[in-house]
Amino acid sequence: MFEYAPAPESRSVVDLKPSYGLFIGGDFVEPGDGGSFKSINPASEEALAEVAEAGPGDVDRAVRAARRAYDEVWGPMPGRDRAKYLFRIARIIQERARELAVLESLDNGKPIRESRDVDIPLVAAHFFYYAGWADKLGHAGLGPNPRPLGVAGQVIPWNFPLLMLAWKIAPALATGNTVVLKPAETTPLTALLFAEICQQADLPPGVVNIVTGAGATGQALVEHDGVAKVAFTGSTDVGRQIARSVAGTRKRLTLELGGKAANIVFDDAPVDQAVEGIVNGIFFNQGHVCCAGSRLLVQESVYDEVLAALKRRMAQLRVGDPLDKNTDVGAINSAAQLERIRTLTEIGSAEGAQRWSPPCELPARGFWFAPTIFTGVSQTHRIARDEIFGPVLSVLTFRTPAEAVEKANNTPYGLSAGIWTDKGSRILWMADRLRAGVVWANTFNKFDPTSPFGGFKESGYGREGGRHGLEAYLDV
Amino acid sequence: MSDGGGMVDGGGGGRPERVDVRKTYKLFIGGKFPRSESGRSYPVQNSNVALASRKDVRDAVLAARAAVKGWSGTTAYNRGQVLYRVAEMLEGRRDQFVGLGVPAAEVDDAIDRWVWYAGWSDKITQVYGNANPVAGPYFNLSAPEPTGVVGVLAPAEPALLGLVSVVAPAIVTGNTVVVLVADTSPLPAITLSEVLATSDLPGGVVNLLTGRPTETGSWLAGHMDVNALDLTGVTDPGFGTELERAAAGNLKRVLRPPAEPVDWAADPGIGRMTAFLETKTVWHPKGV
Amino acid sequence: MTATTTSARSDLSEVGRSEATLRTFLHGLPGVDQVGAEQRAAMLGTRSIKTTAKAWAIDLAIRMVDLTTLEGADTPGKVRALAAKALRPDPADPSCPAVAALCVYPTMVPVAAAALWGAASGSGRPTADGSRMGLLGEPIDDGGPAIGRPPAGGATRVHLASVATAFPSGQAPLEIRLADTRAAVAGGADEIDMVISRGAFLSGRYQQVYDEIVAVKAACGDAHLKVILETGELATYDNVRRASWLAMLAGADFIKTSTGKVPVAATLPVTLVMLEAVRDFRAATGRQVGVKPAGGIKTTKDAVKYLVLVNETAGEDWLHPDWFRFGASSLLNDLLMQRTKLTTGVYSGPDYFTLD
Repeated sequence: MFEYAPAPESRSVVDLKPSYGLFIGGDFVEPGDGGSFKSINPASEEALAEVAEAGPGDVDRAVRAARRAYDEVWGPMPGRDRAKYLFRIARIIQERARELAVLESLDNGKPIRESRDVDIPLVAAHFFYYAGWADKLGHAGLGPNPRPLGVAGQVIPWNFPLLMLAWKIAPALATGNTVVLKPAETTPLTALLFAEICQQADLPPGVVNIVTGAGATGQALVEHDGVAKVAFTGSTDVGRQIARSVAGTRKRLTLELGGKAANIVFDDAPVDQAVEGIVNGIFFNQGHVCCAGSRLLVQESVYDEVLAALKRRMAQLRVGDPLDKNTDVGAINSAAQLERIRTLTEIGSAEGAQRWSPPCELPARGFWFAPTIFTGVSQTHRIARDEIFGPVLSVLTFRTPAEAVEKANNTPYGLSAGIWTDKGSRILWMADRLRAGVVWANTFNKFDPTSPFGGFKESGYGREGGRHGLEAYLDV
Repeated sequence: MSDGGGMVDGGGGGRPERVDVRKTYKLFIGGKFPRSESGRSYPVQNSNVALASRKDVRDAVLAARAAVKGWSGTTAYNRGQVLYRVAEMLEGRRDQFVGLGVPAAEVDDAIDRWVWYAGWSDKITQVYGNANPVAGPYFNLSAPEPTGVVGVLAPAEPALLGLVSVVAPAIVTGNTVVVLVADTSPLPAITLSEVLATSDLPGGVVNLLTGRPTETGSWLAGHMDVNALDLTGVTDPGFGTELERAAAGNLKRVLRPPAEPVDWAADPGIGRMTAFLETKTVWHPKGV
Repeated sequence: MTATTTSARSDLSEVGRSEATLRTFLHGLPGVDQVGAEQRAAMLGTRSIKTTAKAWAIDLAIRMVDLTTLEGADTPGKVRALAAKALRPDPADPSCPAVAALCVYPTMVPVAAAALWGAASGSGRPTADGSRMGLLGEPIDDGGPAIGRPPAGGATRVHLASVATAFPSGQAPLEIRLADTRAAVAGGADEIDMVISRGAFLSGRYQQVYDEIVAVKAACGDAHLKVILETGELATYDNVRRASWLAMLAGADFIKTSTGKVPVAATLPVTLVMLEAVRDFRAATGRQVGVKPAGGIKTTKDAVKYLVLVNETAGEDWLHPDWFRFGASSLLNDLLMQRTKLTTGVYSGPDYFTLD
């Protein structure tokens, strides 16, 4: 047996403080009317740091600081100078990549391999990409005189904490807006380190403000009168609430919400790569991915062999310590999320689907869930309809391309989809018909700052990334 | 209901004064002209205009949904041809609109607006799509697609130009619409539906409901099979807020009531088209 | 795709019956997406193998080396020196295992056999039960420096491999290639590395390639046959997969990437595709075939990546010198240096290991 010895990434690169204040107006400040909470390591349940919880007064302070910075500094600043700040930030992120990756894995539970090879490089790339737009907005084809909106209130989820921050902050700043961002309550730490990076880059005070807290903090931010633009990534239910709360205002809104993507495998697929794509589609980041390929649709003629190959491949997944460089699947982000995954999978079993996980030893402490597939799933099962947001795959079958399209689209969501076939014309035929914002053909879960991302239907509206990503932050 | 054109005995050797044929205006749903499900109507300019009900909204959404696949699936060139044909028909009925009281200049602007949007059918994808140079061995293309069924609360004024300016941008990209016509000036809208019915536009692409949007608006805004909502015609902020809240139920894309009075004659830009477009991005590896 | 179905073993004996059946079968294999395959290989290349795992992997890698010299300038002296190194790679450390095989040109086979097994040519032939023995059935101590003595703690004899069939181009009449093979076997080689006719393969003459492999296999007798696909000339992973299956169907005991004589030799993704092929072939037929990447593998880090690839693709059944080999020459010294670093705790240098 080739037993890989533990290969832990060193934690020493991260200099965690015992407690963190709110980042308002360029400084870390104590909350005025808020409290505090602990951010824990989901892989061990150890408390990592005490973090301030912003109250409504703190949110107000942050919005005012952002408004002042918008009026006095950032708004009037020429695009070429805004660009240079963003380039600076991008460079610092590259320089401190190891530190950011380790902290992300500590706070989120994701494998260091992913934070190191996917999240953090994409964060830097996102800032580089939008930095270049800052002085070219008139050439973006959105209108002759694009203007910033003002203060952007941004609320982000815990699945890609720093990457979602980058998706929000980089385009907002490039277009001349200032921001107040609320990271998720279970993963605030890299956002706070990002605040330090803003200081290191000498970003003018108030251009970026970070208010930590839970749902109430986010609500206070979204509902604040001084916010001209709301950007939210998270669950469809919260997205709905936000859409209601901004109704009747002039606040602009973009929402990037849930998904239940179909990953469709035809009988002529490059099968080894398809299996990799299935695995990457649902077990990447513990399945905490809004665009995860959580419904596998396999053509019946290759069902047995695809399933056998998938199980064989799943048996190779290494579940455990997120900081071990060989870990493929890390910890579930929180006890609450673990509970949700458990509840939905129990419903899956109760509804008659067959559950399978590879033999897999899970650590005793922390929040863990073995990679799981359900076979014998039908469209009516809740595990085929509800977003589980965990390492759980529902396997369904189809017979014809038309049936695959019909099943893939038979969901209120429409964020992403996957197609695996060697036939080019079929890819394009399918891609035309799938109601999803991102279609990955013979690949899955690929992201790039130049590539617009966002959903159809109840997966939200607006696009992040690419030229389209500018539109959400501009009055054109 | 009638205040003119009554029965008059013929006198002398002259031709007797003719009794005119009065028109009962109906709804326009799925390419047909059904009566309102409730049978109710209200008078406008010597005519009876149908008062659409909740069930008419339901039927119109069904018709609009049924038309999405065919209309969005046709080629952009073909949609452009169909829309240009509508402009030709409008030109032919120019005097009819003038006769309804629409200013001649507005009729001309409306026809020109329709032609302008017709030409966008095979250009909007080029202007609003992108080839994305991703950092890897992938082909990556973003292209706009219609969002599906768009509910529209049409502006009351200008009755024809306003209506054309909200309907044409929604359908040229492949969407279908359910339009709640403002209750104060429905006749140009109904006349437009007669133009559409005799053009090549497939049934269900445009559905026009006359009546009171205050009664039907919330049914349209809350309908879970409607993808987007255009509130351009809403003038009461409270009503607009109510509809926008209802639209959140299935995350409709919402075009809010304009913040300032609209200059309908000005170049509209592409915003009314892009408001009802989804961007789809397709990735594929490049390999041998 | 039925050929790779794991549930039922397939009878593939008829596939080689005609050009048509071969073509139908090979073109029915699932395609390989280049980008996906390369990404999978690259991801496995990021595995971090440390401490005990690394020590284990280094010793395994040494045991998998086909220590190779294939130069026009090869001489008996050079081959004898290399044989000594094959038997005892690190004279300073008796716990260091021997390599899997010595790999030479056919003319050098008798010299190599004598050097490895301490007797005249022909003495190192495999016995009927497949084990390799010296002339007296035991490793012989002929008075020379430990020649033929099995390494401490290891009972595996060092095999003698010879490239044959007009290596590296394969561009000689079949009869000459078969004679080349017979000569090598007669000289004592118990493993034959043959090259396929890439020209025939690329122009779709699968039957010709198949028949030649069958013929060489027959000429090998009891010697194991490694079929070199020369993947650097096959241009696509689809071709690598097809050539792998073609070779296995024709009776290959091993499939091997490269001669080392063309610019592109072994790569991780090519080896990945070949490992998938042997995995699927065993699932389909029950017969296990080995894999040998050759050329360009120079460092311990490289070798460990290949072992990870084996482990997570074909599985641990292939983590044995009987089923996986490295065709390499300079790799061995780097493995030895890293091995010394792990045991002594200090970095070693090339002067402490013999060149051959």
